[in-house]
Amino acid sequence: MRLDEAEVHARVDDILDAHEGLEGPLLPILHAVQDAFGHVPLDSLPRIAARLNLSRAEVHGVMSFYHDFRTRPHGRHVLKLCRAEACQAMGGDRLAEATQARLGIGWHQTTADGGVTLEPVFCLGLCACAPAALVDGRVVGRVDEARLERILEEVRA
Amino acid sequence: MKIYVPRDAAAKALGADEVAAAIEAEAARRGLPLTLVRNGSRGMVWLEPLVELQTEAGRVAFGPVTAADVPGLFEADWKRHPLALGLTEELPWLMMQTRLTFARCGITDPLCLEDYEAHGGFEGLHRAIAMSRAEILQEVIDSGLRGRGGAGFPTGIKWKTVSEAEASQKYIVCNADEGDSGTFADRMIMEGDPFTLIEGMTIAGLATGATRGYVYMRSEYPDAVEVMVEAVRIARAHGLLGPSVMGSGRAFDMEIRVGAGAYVCGEETSLLNSLEGKRGVVRAKPPLPALEGFLGKPTVVNNVISLASIPVIFQKGAAYYRDFGLGRSRGTIPLQIAGNVKRGGLFEIAFGMSLSQIVDDIAGGTASGRPVKAVQVGGPLGAYFPRALFDTPFCYEEFAGAEGLVGHAGIVVFDDTADMLKQARFAMEFCAIESCGKCTPCRIGAVRGMETVDRIARGDTAAIPLLTDLCATMKSGSLCALGGFTPYPVMSALTHFPDDFAPMKEAAE
Repeated sequence: MRLDEAEVHARVDDILDAHEGLEGPLLPILHAVQDAFGHVPLDSLPRIAARLNLSRAEVHGVMSFYHDFRTRPHGRHVLKLCRAEACQAMGGDRLAEATQARLGIGWHQTTADGGVTLEPVFCLGLCACAPAALVDGRVVGRVDEARLERILEEVRA
Repeated sequence: MKIYVPRDAAAKALGADEVAAAIEAEAARRGLPLTLVRNGSRGMVWLEPLVELQTEAGRVAFGPVTAADVPGLFEADWKRHPLALGLTEELPWLMMQTRLTFARCGITDPLCLEDYEAHGGFEGLHRAIAMSRAEILQEVIDSGLRGRGGAGFPTGIKWKTVSEAEASQKYIVCNADEGDSGTFADRMIMEGDPFTLIEGMTIAGLATGATRGYVYMRSEYPDAVEVMVEAVRIARAHGLLGPSVMGSGRAFDMEIRVGAGAYVCGEETSLLNSLEGKRGVVRAKPPLPALEGFLGKPTVVNNVISLASIPVIFQKGAAYYRDFGLGRSRGTIPLQIAGNVKRGGLFEIAFGMSLSQIVDDIAGGTASGRPVKAVQVGGPLGAYFPRALFDTPFCYEEFAGAEGLVGHAGIVVFDDTADMLKQARFAMEFCAIESCGKCTPCRIGAVRGMETVDRIARGDTAAIPLLTDLCATMKSGSLCALGGFTPYPVMSALTHFPDDFAPMKEAAE
């Protein structure tokens, strides 16, 4: 679904108004835009650039630097699996392989039905109950294949 | 009845919300009046969700509790249930600790100001308000507090530099970008005792003349962000933040900012760039952030635990804090014990404990029951220690002497199934993914490092000296700790576990 450009501009303008007066406002603005649309529409960048007196390239450069910002919508659910050392020590790599096989997708990909996007994450601070995952912003610890299966059933229901 | 169920993310990840809901439902079903407090975590993650019941003798702990256990707990009048662990304060894990920074964490309701004050909160700030700037600075210097983010720079000296700088505006920036695997102390204190951090930052403001503060948090910590935002709102509503802190006539206010998933933003100069709304690229030093930091103004950049340790220093005095510790590592350090361990969690103790005491006695060995092969201390940029080095005392200088680092005091344990070549490759891969791209040794070196480890994996032993040489270049030629410290895990894996890099490995398998 393509977003209407006029609508994007109107909503982005509201967000820009709400961030007036902040010191270093670009990251909070990009987060707000992503929260509003589920991603950062490319149409929004010139609008943001004009208001902050930056070039479009500068805004694009900032957006593309950070792993969190996406220019396209993700699936209906986002599963983030921790890839860092503490989770590796508890079988995180095996879990990641099993998850990819189960969903039939790789990192940063979305299942064909648009249901689940799989993202790697480097540490959720749940290192004493590893392996850890973040499912639509909800934390889950000691994830094994059985728990993962339950999570996937839950989000697909 | 009064029951405590932690709201800490680790407790939630293990089902605390479901347990809390089940307790409320069961109490309602039985018509029992219930006060349910969502406290922080006591740090015993292997027992989470750890539920506590207030009794006349004190708080009694139960854990790990699942929602399914709840009706049975009520049925057994709680105390006769097999999950009962006894009085929380008398559990060995807590009795062995010296909790200064984490004194309130897990005890109080994190967002209840009355609770905070009833447990010694704001005593430090009251004392600091009555002191001159020079006296506040001297107190921090005398405490011996060093940066708990990993670099170990004396906090008081940093503050003094900012205090003496002339500028129209100065800033206190809290580095809450706790990206190191195996570390969660920042998350726990922000979720479990957020006013401590606010109090510490306010004292930093008084000491340096900074009137504005920022907490730069990770987007990977949604629960901590929620608590901090609410805590700042409450503090402002009560006049603890604002134009006149506690009626002192001195201003300090702060804002919570959220990063966007870049590990390198834990490095202070790239954090400042990110806070300014730029790419999180590392800045060359000098100029020091203390002189030209956020928006070019003098800025204190301190880790969460450094700032959260300030209130207790002012509450109990610099000498009290300094008397804990060993050598030049003064005070306490919250160890975060993680990975393949029987008992994982947060353990605050004076500096000086040996790794074997931490891994064998406190953590109780591995969760898998297999022998410990390696322990990575200090996050993805920290060295892998073999058992032969387990007598190293946990201190800044002693760890540096063993070619390692204390870092943010995260301890990740691996059992004997770990492949250290794979871990070395991961260190390079992680550096390649997270490099900001500014300096060549890090940007290119990490990619070449991965390729070189792959050559070794294929049996090409001639690549080993190449890897050593590359690590030396990255270590001395990188602009910041990401490229500069990635050689620690790589070289320690290679030095201490040469068998995993030997060409016969493939054949043996």
